[in-house]
Amino acid sequence: MAASREGTAMPPRWRYYAVLIGMAAMALALAGRAAQLQLLDHAFLVDQADARHLRVTEIPAHRGTITDRSGEPLALSSPVQSVWANPKRLLAHADRLPELAQVLDSSASALRQRLSQRRDKEFVYLERHMMPERTSQVEALDIPGLALEREHHRFYPAGEITGHVLGFTNIDDHGQEGIERAYNDWLSGASGRKRVIQDQLGRRIEEVELLDAAEPGRDLALSIDRELQYLAYRELKRAVTRREAASGSLIVLDARSGEVLAMVNQPSFNPNRRADLEASRYRNRAVTDVFEPGSTLKPFTVAAALEEGGYERRHTIDTAPGSLRVQGKRISDVRNYGTLDLRHILVKSSNVGAAKLALSLDRGALWRVLGRLGLGQRTASSFPGEASGRLAGRPSKRPIERATLAFGYGVSVTALQLARSYAAIANEGMAPTVTFLRNAKADRPSAERVLNADTARTVRSMLAEVVSAEGTGSRAAIPGYEVAGKTGTVKQLDAEDYSKERYTALFAGMAPAAEPRFVAVVVVNDPNDEAYYGGEVAAPVFRRVMRGALRLYNVAPHGSAGQGELVMADGGRG
Amino acid sequence: MNPVSSPAGRGHQLTPLQRRLHLDGPLLLLIALLTALGLVVLYSAADNSLAAVQQQAIRLSVAAAGLIIVAQIPPQLMRVLAPWGFGLAIITLVAVPFIGIEGGGARRWIALGPINIQPSELMKIALPVALSAYLAGRHLPPRLPDLIASLVLIALPVALIAIQPDLGTAILAAATGFFVVFLAGLQWRYIIGATVAAIPAIAAFWHYIMQDYQRERVLTFLNPEREPLGAGYHIIQAKIAIGSGGVYGKGWLNGTQAHLDFLPERQTDFVFAVLAEELGFVGVCALIGIYLAVVARGLWIASQAQDDFGRLLAGAVSLTFFVYCFVNIGMVSGLLPVVGLPLPLISFGGTSVVTLMAGFGILMAVHTHRRTWSG
Repeated sequence: MAASREGTAMPPRWRYYAVLIGMAAMALALAGRAAQLQLLDHAFLVDQADARHLRVTEIPAHRGTITDRSGEPLALSSPVQSVWANPKRLLAHADRLPELAQVLDSSASALRQRLSQRRDKEFVYLERHMMPERTSQVEALDIPGLALEREHHRFYPAGEITGHVLGFTNIDDHGQEGIERAYNDWLSGASGRKRVIQDQLGRRIEEVELLDAAEPGRDLALSIDRELQYLAYRELKRAVTRREAASGSLIVLDARSGEVLAMVNQPSFNPNRRADLEASRYRNRAVTDVFEPGSTLKPFTVAAALEEGGYERRHTIDTAPGSLRVQGKRISDVRNYGTLDLRHILVKSSNVGAAKLALSLDRGALWRVLGRLGLGQRTASSFPGEASGRLAGRPSKRPIERATLAFGYGVSVTALQLARSYAAIANEGMAPTVTFLRNAKADRPSAERVLNADTARTVRSMLAEVVSAEGTGSRAAIPGYEVAGKTGTVKQLDAEDYSKERYTALFAGMAPAAEPRFVAVVVVNDPNDEAYYGGEVAAPVFRRVMRGALRLYNVAPHGSAGQGELVMADGGRG
Repeated sequence: MNPVSSPAGRGHQLTPLQRRLHLDGPLLLLIALLTALGLVVLYSAADNSLAAVQQQAIRLSVAAAGLIIVAQIPPQLMRVLAPWGFGLAIITLVAVPFIGIEGGGARRWIALGPINIQPSELMKIALPVALSAYLAGRHLPPRLPDLIASLVLIALPVALIAIQPDLGTAILAAATGFFVVFLAGLQWRYIIGATVAAIPAIAAFWHYIMQDYQRERVLTFLNPEREPLGAGYHIIQAKIAIGSGGVYGKGWLNGTQAHLDFLPERQTDFVFAVLAEELGFVGVCALIGIYLAVVARGLWIASQAQDDFGRLLAGAVSLTFFVYCFVNIGMVSGLLPVVGLPLPLISFGGTSVVTLMAGFGILMAVHTHRRTWSG
């Protein structure tokens, strides 16, 4: 009892005070720690918190629509989703990879490998540009580390019909070829930025603020006429297939404005299918590939004679005996045409006549004309990958070279350059500036004078006779219209020597001959042995496409009958 | 024992609530305040889930019923039952390694019919009761043989709990035992001597007793950046949550660390970080203030106790409660190693709540079973 009483009284007050002081010290330590974190380190730790959940993400800008000249869409962008993953987080849920693999059409082991290889990264795409119904499947899985991102998918409604002209974008929406590349800055706009809140799994929870609004890309109206493009595509493909040719190109220009109304090539590709993307298929041969123009150059030899040699259309050249020897080399015609006037040099396509004509001119005459036409230089089309072709830097001193230049050898051109040169003949000597864009100033097209108006008219009238029954281009004739044009059958250069087996079949021309609206060039490369003359292979293609163009644009047929019909139709409606 | 000589003899009156229901009004009020705050924070920590709040409210109600029952037990009866309770707790603790249920790398539970009980929690109550009963019956301040006996009574259960392993509970049990001995009048020379002896003991503990994962936790605590994506991740995220709360907090339900999944274990051991992020420094101080008030009331009850048993028991229970709070808040805010203790009456979970409420029941029993003069 005594001990107990002593014990009860025993703990002196100071022991309680010690306890109280100890507790106060602990409480102060906790409060002090809280103050250190929440008051002193507050700003730093707020930054740390923000760094964990605030992200600045890009807002993809909508890429502009590309249309044809009448506003029909040729390239469209639509919003899609892409699936991406944080490899480390997703691998933490490796047991769910089989489910994911099923949705993504892949295998769990392939996914695992892909993720393992990139486990030090924070971001890896699993599938780009998914169709909406599949993205909802991915969302339904709700696996940590897996997320969706909004992107735009480029779609080309006309597919392979317009593939070469438009080119395509890569999966990141940057133009890679063609118009998509040439006008990428115009079309792509500027992507914006926004701040978002995301959770620990990287899922975006909420948008906080818009930093920069996305500036959508601008639309682009091309000069292409979709219907004419379709027709050109169909006809060229048919000819290339039928002639078992290696490739082919076809261009239709507006003769006055220089607008490209149609441009197609074979073989073609579908820009909507990435598997199709190999250079041999997506190359726009009409501007990237060069060839020797052969006989299609002869009209410019005649033009040079008219402008620089004082020749007139009635002047004649004796082509007998159908061959000519220059510096030991033999130039020959198909047969002996005897004496030919300038017109018939073109109608019969006489190599001897053209060569003699050129040799009779001063040394630089033809070279100067070809230079003015812009051969050896890129056109103003600004099409990516355009070739310049080749024209010697100065007139040759060797007669043989001047002689062969007269019928289109020793010079190389693109189909587009050839079309522009013919447009100069069509357009009273004015070579228009070639463009793929719908011309805003259609009333005052930009053009440069390369031939006298008289020369152009004279040569044009001669070319009209090439397409007559007696000429090489008779198969280009269109009933009801007068067509002017020139055939070409060019031996291809094989390594060092000219091939005896491979040809390029050409036709370049315009209609209506009196006042041309359209210029077209057809190139068929390496047709089979059965038919390889330009007049046989290329001219019929030209005819069908040109006929279509004349109809589409309601060009009145030659003669009063057509005119009368139109007037009557108008009157009837009024 | 003569009541006149007890501190209560200074004539403090019992209220009707204390006399009839054996409950203590101020303590009840503080407990209600804490649990209400806990449910509010829990709603946010559980991502606005009412289901979690309801579940916890049911547990709290059950535990409160336990409190009321314990409060009815006269301290004299507790003193008689103490050896039996301690013995039962030791037996179940010994049984845990053999028939225990494993979970989370530790064996802490045993199945007793339909319910699982946690012997270490039982020991948290049985140890202070038994030790208080033992020392209250001896000469005070305790003499060396009694101290050695006390040390054995403390060390045995603490060791059994530590090997489960459950470091947090082992620390609490040890603290409870120490407080009983300290309040019994432990002389300073023993305290100083023990401190000197502790240094090699801690070194041995580090090398031989602690598990790898516990050593990892301590090392990670010393330098969380050691393993920012692994062991240190919890602490770093919690520090960011607390610090970014600032003075007034981000507002209830607005914590980004909590609601965007960055904060791990935010409903259980790390719930303090949620409170600190959303309610700020003001909320933290309020919480610490309420805890201090609870302890103050407990110590006041101890000081009013009529005998040594009641005084030692009430004092030890109160101080242990505070250590509980201190260890949890200290570990979440990066002052102490992460030992895995819930925040008293705030964290989601049932076991600790039952034990805590039983402790409060003991405090109330000690206070309300006093004999007082009605005049």
